[in-house]
Amino acid sequence: MQPKLELLAPDLVRRVLDEAFLLLRDHGVKVQSPEAVELLRAAGAKVDEDVVHLAESVVSNALETVPREFHLHDRSGEPKVTYGGDAVHFDPGSSGVHVLDPDTLEHRPSRTVDLVRLVKVAEMLPQIDAQSTAVVCDEIPKEIGDLWRLYAVLMHSTRPIVTGAFSITTLQHMIDMVAIFAGGREALARKPQAVFDVCPSPPLIWSAFGAQNLVELARAGVPAEMVSMPLAGAASPVTLLGSVVQHAAECLSGIAIHQLAKPGSPIVWGGAPAIFDMRKGTTPMGAIETAMIDASYAQVGKSLGLPTHTYLGASDAKVVDAQAGMESGITAVIGALAGINMISGAGMLDFLACQSAEKLVVDAEAIAMAKRLLAGVQPRTETLALELFEGIAFKGEFLKQKATKELFRLEQHVPSKVIDRDSTRGWLQSGGLDTWARAKERTVALLEAYERPELDPAQAAELRGSVERVTKDAGVDEVPELG
Amino acid sequence: MQREDLFEAMARSIIEGEADAAADLARQAIEAGLDPLEAIDHGFVPGIDHVGREFSLENMFLPELVLAGEAMKAAIAVLEPEMQRTGAEREIHGTVVLAAAHGDIHDIGKSLVGTMLSASGFRVFDLGVDVPVEAVVEKVREVNANLVGVSALLTTTMFGQREVIEALIAADIRDRVKVMVGGAPVTPEWAAEIGADGFGEDAARAVSLARELVGA
Repeated sequence: MQPKLELLAPDLVRRVLDEAFLLLRDHGVKVQSPEAVELLRAAGAKVDEDVVHLAESVVSNALETVPREFHLHDRSGEPKVTYGGDAVHFDPGSSGVHVLDPDTLEHRPSRTVDLVRLVKVAEMLPQIDAQSTAVVCDEIPKEIGDLWRLYAVLMHSTRPIVTGAFSITTLQHMIDMVAIFAGGREALARKPQAVFDVCPSPPLIWSAFGAQNLVELARAGVPAEMVSMPLAGAASPVTLLGSVVQHAAECLSGIAIHQLAKPGSPIVWGGAPAIFDMRKGTTPMGAIETAMIDASYAQVGKSLGLPTHTYLGASDAKVVDAQAGMESGITAVIGALAGINMISGAGMLDFLACQSAEKLVVDAEAIAMAKRLLAGVQPRTETLALELFEGIAFKGEFLKQKATKELFRLEQHVPSKVIDRDSTRGWLQSGGLDTWARAKERTVALLEAYERPELDPAQAAELRGSVERVTKDAGVDEVPELG
Repeated sequence: MQREDLFEAMARSIIEGEADAAADLARQAIEAGLDPLEAIDHGFVPGIDHVGREFSLENMFLPELVLAGEAMKAAIAVLEPEMQRTGAEREIHGTVVLAAAHGDIHDIGKSLVGTMLSASGFRVFDLGVDVPVEAVVEKVREVNANLVGVSALLTTTMFGQREVIEALIAADIRDRVKVMVGGAPVTPEWAAEIGADGFGEDAARAVSLARELVGA
């Protein structure tokens, strides 16, 4: 039995959806892409300039065609990530603009070399199920920043990827880039290797880019992941439930646009909400209420049978300290218990602005704990204990039992050296290092052990060629080197 | 089975912690007329060495270590009578008497030390838990031990370690044996205070300490 956290009573889930439908009908949603507006109008929505009033029936029809489950595949075509049901996966947080310099502790603008370092470390961590385009590269022109990140990941990883485009032009290039390894766009739609994030703008706005992004992704049959971001008390109602309703309305309208563009294309009920800190005006990702909004909206999405995503396992601390560990660990566990299919955020500090490979290494331990928790308490033997007491006769000799040797790895997760379980003297003898210092050591070791995956030379050349073309078009004469 | 194959199977039986298989292989060795000492040194010992190495690298874990020790014991138990019959003697690093201090009933740590010491070439007499000091002295005399290990898990039973040393002095055999102490509350300072010869932080370090104390 997978343990489960449900924060909403069933009648509350119903009320959230009822109010979301009422919001969409009466308040309406702003849709700034003419093509998306046309799709909605043709389906029977009432349009008042760019405000679309959606009847429940339009959304309900769309909900009927959304796939309940799909998979992300690795480069060899193996399904590695299940979007749907209560499957739980973790990926590093995306789109940081800084990295935490492990030596100076400075938050400095992230560059390609930092992204490659993060990808390598993530690739070595078995707890991390998918790569993400974890940081933007400061030295790369903004126009091609999104596909450049994807290029760096594709060259260093074979895992499924959580990514996203900054413009429609680059979105098409990015789909083509991933398709190189899948064997063309059709093959990619059959066996997707990446999911693309798409963000509505709170409250209740689908920008021209956001809406068009949905339309294009649907047509390509490439999974879209909606990242709705209610900001409780600022860009959404202050109440947790009010924000959950807004999240539902944004996602329901997104699904309508998406499914009208191409019914049956995969889409994810996702988000990155936060509460609004009333002292500092910041958006704490490590707040317990942020995690509560996430668990609640995921429950609403699950009630509709939809694949889910959220942003948890991150922290607002500036260094990898006790706050970072506490916030990341607690919220990773909440996301896992909520059965959220993809939980993004590992490695992140400072309200998702700063990535840290060392923190990713620490977070991997919390993720391992969360995954162990999900595996639950299970009978491993025919009798629970009776057979294990054979021959024991009041002696503490369970260590000598074969069952102990055979079962302890199933029962106990063995953490890496990032987690200290030594005696005080043993700890002192191995340097008396704290978590941060141990994480630094492990990061170095992982980077040393990393081997770049072998790329098919033809595919690598094709990828390089396509990146070069786009880069030239963007007015950059020379394609920078990776890493 | 060829000699080399047999040796390899012996090592594997230890690594896999299969006591029955280890004993079987020991019997096969005797039947094949193999020198028991050779079976130990070239067959079983490489197995236990491998386990010890992997354990210290954290690639193997306590249950595997303990079962490997048990398998080692099973093999030696088969080979020992044969050695006595032929007058061959296994080269041992030393003879150890182990006990949990008087009043202390905690067995696991001390047993681990015993397992690892015997796997590492010591002859071990484990007297168990809550052992009266007289019993320790008597056993040291009986088996002519050159090492004594006393464990204590509680601050209240640590004093039992001092009593053992005092009893060894009173019996006039303190200079014949080295005394090592261990257990959660025990510190190097405490070991020095009560006049012990050394302190082992955990089972693995107890073995290196024992080797050091007997000059092995």
